[in-house]
Amino acid sequence: MHIPDGFLDAKTWGSLALTSTVVLGRALSKKDKRFLEEDVPLMGVAAAFIFAAQMLNFPIAGGTSGHFMGAMLACLVLGPWAATLVMTTVLVVQALVFQDGGLLALGANIFNMGIVAVWAGWGVYRLLAHLTGKPFSRWAVMAGSWSSVVVSAAAAALELGLSGTVRLSLALPAMIGVHALIGVGEALITLAVLEFIAKVRPDLLLVRGEGR
Amino acid sequence: MNRWIWIGLGVALVLAVFVSPFASQDPDGLERVAEDLGFSGYAWGNPVFNSPIPDYTMPGVKSQALATGLAGLAGTLLVFILAVLLGKYLKSRKEPGSRV
Repeated sequence: MHIPDGFLDAKTWGSLALTSTVVLGRALSKKDKRFLEEDVPLMGVAAAFIFAAQMLNFPIAGGTSGHFMGAMLACLVLGPWAATLVMTTVLVVQALVFQDGGLLALGANIFNMGIVAVWAGWGVYRLLAHLTGKPFSRWAVMAGSWSSVVVSAAAAALELGLSGTVRLSLALPAMIGVHALIGVGEALITLAVLEFIAKVRPDLLLVRGEGR
Repeated sequence: MNRWIWIGLGVALVLAVFVSPFASQDPDGLERVAEDLGFSGYAWGNPVFNSPIPDYTMPGVKSQALATGLAGLAGTLLVFILAVLLGKYLKSRKEPGSRV
């Protein structure tokens, strides 16, 4: 759901660029004690995997495709602050090098997929993991992944509505409807990758799920 | 640790280079909504800045599959390097004495 230039008006992309800049500044300056030496190359792998997976559009209903976003996955491996930075790295390269997502809209795309998706997914995951008392619950992971995509799509719809590009009453149900399907793909892929990591390197997970 | 880093990067490269040419070409969620609700025409390309590899297609490569695969290769390596540098920066900011 990379927004191209032209979909958002100046007040919308401008204020979102400002918001994203402030949040990124916070992410960069945060001294996270949980950030370990081994997280340095892990950030690279997470970004590489997310970039590659985002190229792989899979068909959903009615001549429409969707692709993996990766915000929840990045959260589960690196925590939400580093996840925001990993998502931002991917989005910046996509916009500058591959013309995927507008340049003026870059702040909005970082807001939607690097901030809203990360924190919505993380919030839902943490809440469910807490309620069920299981640090690495499959349902919490799937619900978090699905929410990350759907809430992010709702944010994009709100921005389109605020920009006067399309009526919010039309954009919101349309965006949520199609991304509710794409979110199912997101949940399944996130779970599959996580199960794999849990098999080969369980130490990379769990701990961050509950904050060591 | 190192072994798994290279395996992870290897998986990403395989996906980006060899699987991406088979990805669905259908419009994605936002593109679909833009078409259905009639605002897809609002989009414009930036007249000032030209992306070197627009639309994940390496310019000057005749085969579409190869052009997509090469674009995937370039992008995957680029984000890997940038994110590692970002990680190094984060690490360097860590308070001294905290656990490693």
